[in-house]
Amino acid sequence: MTDQSGMLTGLPDKSPRGGGTTAALLRGLGAAGRQRETTIAVVTVALLLYFGLTNPTTFVSSSNAVNLFSETAAPIAIIAVGEVFLLICGEIDLSVGFIFTFAPFIMFFAHAYWGMPVLVAFITALVFGLICGLINGFLTVTLGLPSFITTLGTGFILAGMALYFSHAEPKIMPLDMRGTGNWIGASPWSQFIWAVALVAIFHVVLTRTRWGLHTISTGGNQLGAREAGINVARIKYGNFMITGVLGALVGVQTAFYLTSIDPLAGGYQPMFYSVTAAVIGGTAMLGGSGTILGAFLGAIALSTLIDGFNIVGINANTVQIVFGGAILISMIANVQIARLRERGSA
Amino acid sequence: MTSQTPEAQAPEPGVDALRAEHIGKRFGAVTALSDINLRLGRGEALGLLGDNGAGKSTLLKILCGFQQQSTGRILVNGEEMLLKSVDHARSLGIECVFQDLALINQLSVYHNMFLKKERVWGPLLNNRSMRETARKQLDAMGISIPSVDVPVASLSGGQRQAIAIARAVYTDAKILLLDEPFAAMGAKEVAIILDVIRDLKSKGDVSIIIIAHNYGQALEICDRINLLQQGEITLDKASKDTSVGELNDIVIAEYRRAVEARQRSA
Repeated sequence: MTDQSGMLTGLPDKSPRGGGTTAALLRGLGAAGRQRETTIAVVTVALLLYFGLTNPTTFVSSSNAVNLFSETAAPIAIIAVGEVFLLICGEIDLSVGFIFTFAPFIMFFAHAYWGMPVLVAFITALVFGLICGLINGFLTVTLGLPSFITTLGTGFILAGMALYFSHAEPKIMPLDMRGTGNWIGASPWSQFIWAVALVAIFHVVLTRTRWGLHTISTGGNQLGAREAGINVARIKYGNFMITGVLGALVGVQTAFYLTSIDPLAGGYQPMFYSVTAAVIGGTAMLGGSGTILGAFLGAIALSTLIDGFNIVGINANTVQIVFGGAILISMIANVQIARLRERGSA
Repeated sequence: MTSQTPEAQAPEPGVDALRAEHIGKRFGAVTALSDINLRLGRGEALGLLGDNGAGKSTLLKILCGFQQQSTGRILVNGEEMLLKSVDHARSLGIECVFQDLALINQLSVYHNMFLKKERVWGPLLNNRSMRETARKQLDAMGISIPSVDVPVASLSGGQRQAIAIARAVYTDAKILLLDEPFAAMGAKEVAIILDVIRDLKSKGDVSIIIIAHNYGQALEICDRINLLQQGEITLDKASKDTSVGELNDIVIAEYRRAVEARQRSA
């Protein structure tokens, strides 16, 4: 169970020297076949098959595919990328869902009130997410608060600020912003394409760069990492900032997709879904190991459940009970399959 | 005890690799080191002995930049240096093997060996190069591990110790600080590490400080012995001028005095 690190640390590599992102990705995919992602992949495919076979007309349609992969899974996967990095280095961000809430308002204000071009306003919203991450890092690393408390506090503040500055009213996305919005999140598949690209990039960052290695070291043995000369404060700051930017990105994307900015969008739900996706995908809650590909598959598994239950038409009042149970069952399956595989290989 | 102070040693030609002058370290109200004067000659192996809690590890952590002294100064190759961090000390050629080894269980052997000194290929890790070099280095040192790809969590205590030492030795460190390199090691592994240290000494340009509990091992490998007692260096002798018996007598005498003092005050 604890030994999923082979994937993170690179397995014996017999392929001719290729270098580059493509080769790294191929090696990553090869490694996935032998590693813990296999189990979450099996669970995900099983869920897709189940709902696909039982609801062939409604579940297997292009509109539902957009709904499942782009509208539901992509935001979870993108935020999960940040949470995986934070969980690996021993931290968590509960506030990211409220960065999601507030960032599109920043973009709206920047464009409609301060007269910035759409692209600059978009980047301003991302910088806002970066600053939120910086503040989370400062409170956690420099002032020494547990990140659970830090981000609980900053989350409330962000939620309140979003309500205060919007007067608790949604804003309609101005028409002149919508063209730019197509590639950011308005087109049906754009969010999913972003998610795939970000997952690919950050998978490489985690498994093939010094940043990833030092993130694992920080969570695996913080004192040892410091003794080896790793600046663990910088690693944690950086990962809070990555998560903040990704939260802001998802908020802006969702606003473009829905063509409105809702002060009650985001919140705890996307954050909890992302942490769930990360954990069922094989990231340790206690730090030291984790996988971006696993979190991506976890996000798809989770979204299949959400979307599938929606289509099956389970009573809205009972769906939470079924959903919670389904999360536990997929998690149990994940753990048991991994255990069986370990026994088989031992 | 007062007859053997560091000032009593004969001056030697050349600049010392490392020199600590009047080093003190306090943690709040606790004084870990009161007034340390220590010199490490070029190419010399210095054994740092002393009981648990005498301040040996604290001194080593200061000398490698992990902690900073409260008072006093450090000279590296005759030049006064404020060692700001492990990285800074490393850039001056000082490399340390900590008692807890500073290994990351989740990472492979070769990633541990290159931690914070990774070989890169653009922004990406050059795993191939690191893996091959780690393999070669461990083979050359006679350290047997099944594979450099396994996480260090799966290795024995002695193998882990050997990897930590191989990591420090592999770089072109000029000053090597080893905190209890023989702890948790089997007889064969002790022999391997002794060989490694002898090999380094024979090259002549590496200076080494070794913290040890076993006086016999220390006398065997070190040119000179310093005894650290309650935050001060109380003995400084060439290994050939002292013996396990003498060192034992000094440490036991100190213990007796402490017991008597306690009884008197009670």
